[in-house]
Amino acid sequence: MPEPSRPGSTVTNRTVRCLRVLAVLLLAGCSSSNDSRTLTFWTIGREGEAVVKLLPEFEREHPDIHVKVQQMPLSAAHQKLLTAFAGDSTPDLSQLGNTWLPEFVALRAIDPLQRRVDASTIVKPDDYFAHIWSTNLVDGELYGIPWYVDTRLLFYRRDLLKAAGFDTPPQDWAQWRQMLAALSHPDRGIYGILLPTNEYEQLMSLALQQPESMLRDGGRYGNFRSEGFKRALAFYVDTFHQRQAPAITAVEAGNPWEEFGRGVYAFYFSGPWNIGEFRQRLPADEGEWATAPLPGPDSAGVGAAGGSSLVVFRHSKHKDDAWALIEYLSRPDVQQRFYDLLGDMPARRSAWDGGSLRTDPKVQAFREQLEHVRATPSVPEWEQIVNEMQLVAAQAVAGELTVDQAAEEMDRRADRILEKRRWILDHPRAAKAAP
Amino acid sequence: MNRQHAAWWFLTPALLVLGIFFLLPVIAALGLSLTDYDLYALADIRHLRFVALGNYWDLLHQRKFWSALGHTFYFVLVGVPLSIAVSLCAALLLNSPLVRFKTFFRTALFAPVVTTVVAVAVVWRYIFNTKYGWLNYVLGLVGIHPVDWLGDPHWAMPSIILFAVWKNFGYNMIIFLAGLQAIPRDLYEAARIDGASAWQQFRHITLPMLGPTLLMVAILTVSGYFQLFAEPYVMTEGGPLQSTTSVLYLMYNEGFKWWNFGSASAVAFLLFVIMFVVTALMLRIGRRGEAA
Repeated sequence: MPEPSRPGSTVTNRTVRCLRVLAVLLLAGCSSSNDSRTLTFWTIGREGEAVVKLLPEFEREHPDIHVKVQQMPLSAAHQKLLTAFAGDSTPDLSQLGNTWLPEFVALRAIDPLQRRVDASTIVKPDDYFAHIWSTNLVDGELYGIPWYVDTRLLFYRRDLLKAAGFDTPPQDWAQWRQMLAALSHPDRGIYGILLPTNEYEQLMSLALQQPESMLRDGGRYGNFRSEGFKRALAFYVDTFHQRQAPAITAVEAGNPWEEFGRGVYAFYFSGPWNIGEFRQRLPADEGEWATAPLPGPDSAGVGAAGGSSLVVFRHSKHKDDAWALIEYLSRPDVQQRFYDLLGDMPARRSAWDGGSLRTDPKVQAFREQLEHVRATPSVPEWEQIVNEMQLVAAQAVAGELTVDQAAEEMDRRADRILEKRRWILDHPRAAKAAP
Repeated sequence: MNRQHAAWWFLTPALLVLGIFFLLPVIAALGLSLTDYDLYALADIRHLRFVALGNYWDLLHQRKFWSALGHTFYFVLVGVPLSIAVSLCAALLLNSPLVRFKTFFRTALFAPVVTTVVAVAVVWRYIFNTKYGWLNYVLGLVGIHPVDWLGDPHWAMPSIILFAVWKNFGYNMIIFLAGLQAIPRDLYEAARIDGASAWQQFRHITLPMLGPTLLMVAILTVSGYFQLFAEPYVMTEGGPLQSTTSVLYLMYNEGFKWWNFGSASAVAFLLFVIMFVVTALMLRIGRRGEAA
C-alpha cells in the first residue's frame, strides 16, 4: 500500500501481531504434542474408569507416549466403532468384545498380531486360557490379545439349598431341575432362578454345552434344528413352563441383587462382575452365597467363552506404541491390579496364581470353568443371529411356538441373515475378503 | 435480466441448501434402498449388489415388518384421538373464565413437553413397575389385581400410549388455546341469548370455528405419532415379545444396530409412502369438510 499510516492501521498492526503470536503458540502446541506421541485408546463400559488408574505407571515407563482414554457406554460401543470405521477415524487401539472380533476382521479394520506375539517376551500364548485365546483367531490368524475373560455360571444361595436338603450345587441338568422344583414357590412369588427373557447369554451357554455347533457348513447355515440345541432349548423353556423362573425381562427384574438377597431367587445365572455387585450390595452375611460351575447335560463346568480383547487398528500411526500398551496391560502384575480395581478376571493363568485371586473362594468356580469354555461361532453376523435366537426363544417361552417350531424359525432367520456371507464365500472374486 | 430471473437468483442460496442437505440425501437413500449395502460392502465396495426392489419385496414378506406396522397403526389410531381429546379438554378448561391461576396451570400442563423423554421415562418406569409401582398401588386400593404394565405384551402398548399422550398433549393444548381465544366472544353471546346449552355452544360454535386448527393439529400429530421411537426405546426396548417395536424402531435396528443400510432405507421409504398417503387422505377429508 503506497499510502502512509492512517489512524486505523495501528489497530490492524496490533491485531496482526497478536495473530502472529497466537500462530506461534499454536505451532508450539502442535510440535510439543509431536514429541510425546498421543495414543488413542477406546474402552467399553466401566473398564475405562479403572484403566486410567493403571496408565500413570505406563506413562512413567514410556515418557514419550501419552495415552488418551475414551470411554464408550456398552450400549453405544458397537455403533460408535462402526461409525469410526466408516468415517476413517478409528482409534489406535481399543477394547473389543471377543464376539465382535470376526466382524471387525471382516471389515479389515484391525491388524493381525501373530508377528508381534512371536517377538514378545511378555505376551506368552501358553499362559492364556486356551479356548479364550482361540476366540481371537479368525481363520487361523490372530487379531486380538485377551484382556479380561468372563463366562456365565451359577451364583447360588447356599443356605436355601441346604434348607431344602441339598449340600452341594447341581452337577447336571437332572439335579438342577430337582433343586429348581424344590426351591420354587410361584404362588408366593419365589422362583428357583432368574432368566431374563431378553438376554441371550443364558440359552447360548446351555447351547454351547452341546456337541453340535449352532451354525453348520462353515457358518453358512443355521444349525438350530440339531438334537443338541433342541435339548438345550427344551430345558430352557421348561424352566419357565414349570414356573421355576418368571418370564420377565431384565428391565422388569429391576434390582435382582436385592431380590437374590431376600431369597426371591435361589440361583442367579450371571458373570464375574456380579461378585463385586453382590459383595457391595449384600455385605452382611457373605457366606450365604457361593458360585458354582454351570451344570451341563451330564457334567458341570462347560460354558461360553466371553470377555474382551485388545486390538490394534489398521489405520493407526502408532502401532508399536499401541503394542507397548497392550504388553503393559498384559503383564500378570498389572492384570492383578486391574482385577483388584474392577473385578475383571485376568486372561492369564499366572495372574491367578498370586494376589487376591488365589485365595478368594468365590472366583474358583470361574477358574475351573474357564478351562472348559467354548467359543461362539466365528462369523461377523453372530451378534444378530443370537439376538434373533433369543427373540424366538422368548416366543417359545410365552407359549406361542413349540420347541420344534422355534428351532425351525431360528434356522430360517439365521439362513436369511447369512445369505450375503454364503454369496461372498461362494463368489470367487470376492471370496478373499470373507473371514 | 427480467424480474423472474432476479427472483430465481435470490432463491438460489435457499435452493442450494435445500438441495444439498435435503434432496441429495433423500435421493442417495432411495438409491441405497435398491442395494444390499451392509458391513461387507462397507469393507469392500465390490460386495455391493444391486437388488432393485428386492429389499422391499423381502420386507413385505417378513412377519416382523407387518407386526411392526401393526404396532405403529395401533399407536396412531389409539394415541392420536386420545391425545387430541386430552389436549382439547385441557385447552377448554384453561380457556374457561371460571379458572383461576391460568398461567400456573398453563405452564404446569405444558411442562411435560419440554422435559427429556429419557429422564421422565425413568419416573414412568417406576410408576408402571408391577411390584412397587404407584399405578398398581392406586389400582390395588380399589381392589384391582396388579397389572404387569411393561412386561405383558397386551399391556405394554397401552402403557406406551399413556406415556406418549402425557408427554405430548401440552403442545397441542397451546395451539388449541390460541385457536379458542381467536373465536369472537359475540358468537357465544348470541347463542346464549338464543338459549343454546353449553354442549350446543361447543358443538355448533367452538368445533366449527376450530376446524382448521383441528385439521392442522391432527396432521401434525399423526405424522409425529407415526414416527414412534423414543418411547419404546427407553421404556421397553421394543419388547416384551416385540410388542412395542414400531416401524421406525425396526429401521433403527436394521440400520444402526446391524448396519444393513439397504434394507433400513427401504423401511424408511415404505414408512414415508404410508405417511404421505395418510396425510393426503386427511387433507382431502378436511377440505371436503370445509366445503360442505
